[in-house]
Amino acid sequence: MVAVRDVHYAIGGRELFKGLDLTVRRGSITAIMGPSGGGKTTLLRLLTGQIVADRGSVQVFGEEVAALPRRALYALRQRLGLLFQNGALLTDMDVFDNVAFPVREHADLAETLIRKLVLLKLQAVGLRGAAHLMPAELSGGMARRVALARAIVMDPEVLMYDEPFVGLDPISLGVILRLIKQMNTALGITSIVVSHDVQELATIADESYLILDGRIAAAGTPALLRDSDAPGVRQFMTGGAEGPVAFNYPARDYLSELLADGDE
Amino acid sequence: MSNGVRSNYVLDSLVRLGSVLLFLLRILGQCLPALARPALLMKQIYNSGARSLIIIMLSGLFVGMVLGLQGYDLLERFGSEQALGSAAALGLLRELAPVITALLFAGRAGTSLTSEIGLMRATDQLTAMEIMAVDPLRYVVAPRFLGGLIAMPLLTAIFNVIGLYGAHLVGVQLMGIDRGVFWSQTQGSVDLHDVKEGLVKSVVFGLACSLIAVHEGYHAEPTAEGVGLATTRTVVASSVLILLLDYALTAQFL
Amino acid sequence: MRANRTLEIGTGMFVLLGFAALLFLTTQLPASGAKLGRVKPGYNVTAEFDDIGGLKVGSPVTMAGVHIGQVTRIRFDPQDYKAVVTMRLDAQYNQIPEDSFASIQTEGLLGGKYVGLSPGGLDTYLKDGSRIDQTQSAIVLENIINKLFAGYASKNGEQAAGSAAPADQRKPAGNSGKAESRR
Repeated sequence: MVAVRDVHYAIGGRELFKGLDLTVRRGSITAIMGPSGGGKTTLLRLLTGQIVADRGSVQVFGEEVAALPRRALYALRQRLGLLFQNGALLTDMDVFDNVAFPVREHADLAETLIRKLVLLKLQAVGLRGAAHLMPAELSGGMARRVALARAIVMDPEVLMYDEPFVGLDPISLGVILRLIKQMNTALGITSIVVSHDVQELATIADESYLILDGRIAAAGTPALLRDSDAPGVRQFMTGGAEGPVAFNYPARDYLSELLADGDE
Repeated sequence: MSNGVRSNYVLDSLVRLGSVLLFLLRILGQCLPALARPALLMKQIYNSGARSLIIIMLSGLFVGMVLGLQGYDLLERFGSEQALGSAAALGLLRELAPVITALLFAGRAGTSLTSEIGLMRATDQLTAMEIMAVDPLRYVVAPRFLGGLIAMPLLTAIFNVIGLYGAHLVGVQLMGIDRGVFWSQTQGSVDLHDVKEGLVKSVVFGLACSLIAVHEGYHAEPTAEGVGLATTRTVVASSVLILLLDYALTAQFL
Repeated sequence: MRANRTLEIGTGMFVLLGFAALLFLTTQLPASGAKLGRVKPGYNVTAEFDDIGGLKVGSPVTMAGVHIGQVTRIRFDPQDYKAVVTMRLDAQYNQIPEDSFASIQTEGLLGGKYVGLSPGGLDTYLKDGSRIDQTQSAIVLENIINKLFAGYASKNGEQAAGSAAPADQRKPAGNSGKAESRR
């Protein structure tokens, strides 16, 4: 479904990816984990064609994303769905119109049909009653659910979730987890979940990838990663304070800095 | 931008100019599809035009009245008070209406456009649209650009009429000039050429202000701070450009 | 979409207002603009002048100080080198003697020009197509000043009998006096 081969990508002089390899199987829930700033969101942007890798290949549905002309790229994107961290709902329209947006823009359906479709999707995420609220009136969790409804309204084949668990209370978290699982099992949507919530992901992921230092440090089932011995993987999975990722930001020698008297 | 080194100001300005012009080309390509969505366009004409009405009308009235006062005082020294109508009409038509309307527009509607688009940029709405395979230029930018472009000449015309009425109010009611003389003098000295000059200016200003406003919003840094800076840039750039273009156009018409 | 009604009405009103204003500006305001609607009933007369000064199309035509018409056309006659002015007089003023006198006058000292009619004595009246024969051109200020200057200078020249200064060179010949007196 999705194949990333030997991708190199640098931004602002910093090398983000130094030879990334990953595969997403059709119908699976694939977790992509890694520390903040490690490039997880960037990876998603490579998949949607928003950015182009410096080297390597990114293939979605067997097509090289970077080589697609504008129209083909837009056609590809219609088969994908992306759930943003903050939902990214259009603020000048209500929930109903937000979910209806992709349909109205791309398909030529009668309004009655659109209405049924939107209500169907809203029901799937449990927010049919909220159809006429404005995005500003929604809580974080609700906004994300509406965004999910919007992402699935065109029946995409692949859904990408960008940090879906951030800032949610336990109940909302559980809801989102269940929804991701449901989308996958009930609708057969291939799901790519980007997060650093190790615990949460372990409960639903079929396959996990851990990105450390611009490369895949570990790949396999969640259980495999949990039991790994590699120091970097170990530190990440258990949240250890010391390991390859140091606690102290690089600085001068502590003693000499303390003893130095007020020289600017 | 934050590497501590003062970048070349001239180079920056050139880059910005190029960016704006390229942006214009992209927008123009999307204008025709935007016209096919009258609902969107109408909403933008409302936002840029109808919501600026009050401020334009108020300003027009007061500018017209001041013109009446100052004009009367000045002309009286030459014994030509009757020419107040002409002076006010020509002053408004050729200079004051297009320029002041444009400056007010940049301040009210321009900043609104920039912050709207900038906010959409900052909250990933524009990116979300791109992912949903909807071109934000077509859906968000072009309607706003066209809305501003259409609204400006209309606002200027309204400013003109109300301004003239203000001058009339001062000249006739306050200063005692004969109503018939006021209007006949005015009609006698205003030429279609003058009206055309004002109209062309308002269209050009509309294009410039709308373009700058949407460009700054679209290219704003996606942070709260970035949006604020973009809004400021809109007002400053618009104002300077208006005055610059005004000189160029005035020279062209004389 | 909320507040759809308000939006539609608001936009509609705004655009309407704007266009109305535009229409007003292009038709009612300018002298040469397309005039809307009622064309006041009237009749056209012509008059020829040596110099119309700053008279414009649209300038008023008055009699006894009352506005009775407007200048509608000004053209140059290449046969007799005069300016032909066409005026449209209001229909209600149809008892103006045929031998009336038309002169171009100035409002105030520096004001606009207008055509003033002074009544003649005939019983026959001006009608559509009539021509006013007695005309007085505009008084151009500079010419008067030159005449004054030249007259003064020539008087001085006569008094200074033995003066080397060629007094006749300073005598003006109408407008050409202008060139000399500009020192």
